[in-house]
Amino acid sequence: MSVIKVENLTVQYAGEETNALDGVSFEIEKGEFVALLGAHGAGKTTLCLSLNGIVPNMINADMYGAIEVLGEVPPKIPVRQLAAKVGSIFDNPEFQMSQLTVFEEVALGLQNLGVDKDTIEINIKESLKLVGLEGFEERSPFEISGGQQQRLAMASALAMKPEILILDEPTSNLDPIGKEEVFSVTRSLNQEEGLTVVIAEHEVEVIAEFADNLILLENGRINEIGTPQEIFPKFVDYQEAIGVRVPQVTELATKKDNLFSGVPVTIEESFRMFKK
Amino acid sequence: MTNIKVANLQHTYPNGVVAVENVDVEIKQGEQISVVGQNGSGKTTLVKHWNGLLKPTQGTVHIGELETSEHSVNVLARKVGYVFQNPNHQIFAASVQDELEFGLRNIGNSEEEIKEKVVAISEEFGLTEYLATNPYRLGFSLRKTVGMASIIAMEPDVIVLDEPTTGQDYLGIKAIRSSIKKLKEQGKTVIVVSHDMPLVAEETDRVLVMCDTNLIFDGTPSKLFSDQSILSQTNLLPPQITSFMQKVNIGVEGESFLSVDDALKAL
Repeated sequence: MSVIKVENLTVQYAGEETNALDGVSFEIEKGEFVALLGAHGAGKTTLCLSLNGIVPNMINADMYGAIEVLGEVPPKIPVRQLAAKVGSIFDNPEFQMSQLTVFEEVALGLQNLGVDKDTIEINIKESLKLVGLEGFEERSPFEISGGQQQRLAMASALAMKPEILILDEPTSNLDPIGKEEVFSVTRSLNQEEGLTVVIAEHEVEVIAEFADNLILLENGRINEIGTPQEIFPKFVDYQEAIGVRVPQVTELATKKDNLFSGVPVTIEESFRMFKK
Repeated sequence: MTNIKVANLQHTYPNGVVAVENVDVEIKQGEQISVVGQNGSGKTTLVKHWNGLLKPTQGTVHIGELETSEHSVNVLARKVGYVFQNPNHQIFAASVQDELEFGLRNIGNSEEEIKEKVVAISEEFGLTEYLATNPYRLGFSLRKTVGMASIIAMEPDVIVLDEPTTGQDYLGIKAIRSSIKKLKEQGKTVIVVSHDMPLVAEETDRVLVMCDTNLIFDGTPSKLFSDQSILSQTNLLPPQITSFMQKVNIGVEGESFLSVDDALKAL
């Protein structure tokens, strides 16, 4: 069952000459983990912002084509209403914080939706647990680490019980511990809780391990859609052209194909495929 | 020639938090150094002593002949250029041209020298077509390039790059790496503060690892990535290619492979 359907989607920002997205079509199934790859300006952020309705509802742009998310048409419903079904995480967690305590931060979205007090308390408890921040309720959102802030942003989104999570470079400002925290929470939300995940991310080694499918964007168009195993080996010689790196073991195995029984994209595969 | 000498450095912030202690380190002109460690380990505090943004609360820091506690940032900045992680904290001029000119004028270049140097640096960094543009109209990656170019234009002996590859895509990272290579050829000291292990492995010769306010490792990337105790203590993850070569047991004890090219040669 597809939860996201995009057909021939074109987005042009006011005052820009070129299209940020240019005739993009794809579908995403329920429970899929999909990574968006591409250089800066390829359209990853615009695509994320179109899926949660921020474009064109809050950021002005002309939009053509069809887009459907969980049966809703994002441009046609208020962003706040869609946020209950589609949680969004951005690259600067501190910009998303506004409250004095972690508890209030998570409560904010629920209050805006008019959820009753008892449900709010239960949802906050559950969502903080999902991201491993139990016991942080009374802490200030500004005095916790970057990884904790980003997980708090995730908890705020999760409290509304969304079915889809959209993450736009969620780890680009985090240290290695913070990155690992955010990736592992994202993975367990996908695998244990069945959330559909759409993530724009440059860390290809991690993406190779987590993602079911990749959407490779280039100048606002889709260059290719497929599994990491299908996509990465094809682009070993075109990393510069597409502005995306491939995992190091993929490059190694492609250039030394006599030593490998296939082309790996993860470290485990590389070890298994290496002919000793 | 600007060597850096840190002796028994301690830095305690006004609120009483000790951010760095017991650090002794010497950096020679022309070295390519990386400073790594988790956020809060003290690495940024350490590095900010090298252009005088912070002064030791105990111990001394020498930049060449100058003891930093006796000189202002203005004087020290001519020797050590600091490129901020977030270009928005650094850039304030209304055009790329003005931004590049500002530092040059500030350190006393003539108008003629300024003109020449701006032409040269903007060509080097691919900024020529943006000279009239407001830096805030540029994307993050290009804005970061402007921040870097405006510091390098002043030709300091030492250049500190704070998280240069954060938020950059593959091409942005490539551009930064080639700038580092060029600076190395010019004999500059390059110090990168970074979580980007492939960058650390491939572009620097010596790594300083900070952990809980202390300098706990000072050696080559090759040694660092073979030192399991330091890696687990600091949660550092070697590049994927390094881990692969370790897993298949190729190479010598105590050293590591640092790049795909390295590994290709050995296989």
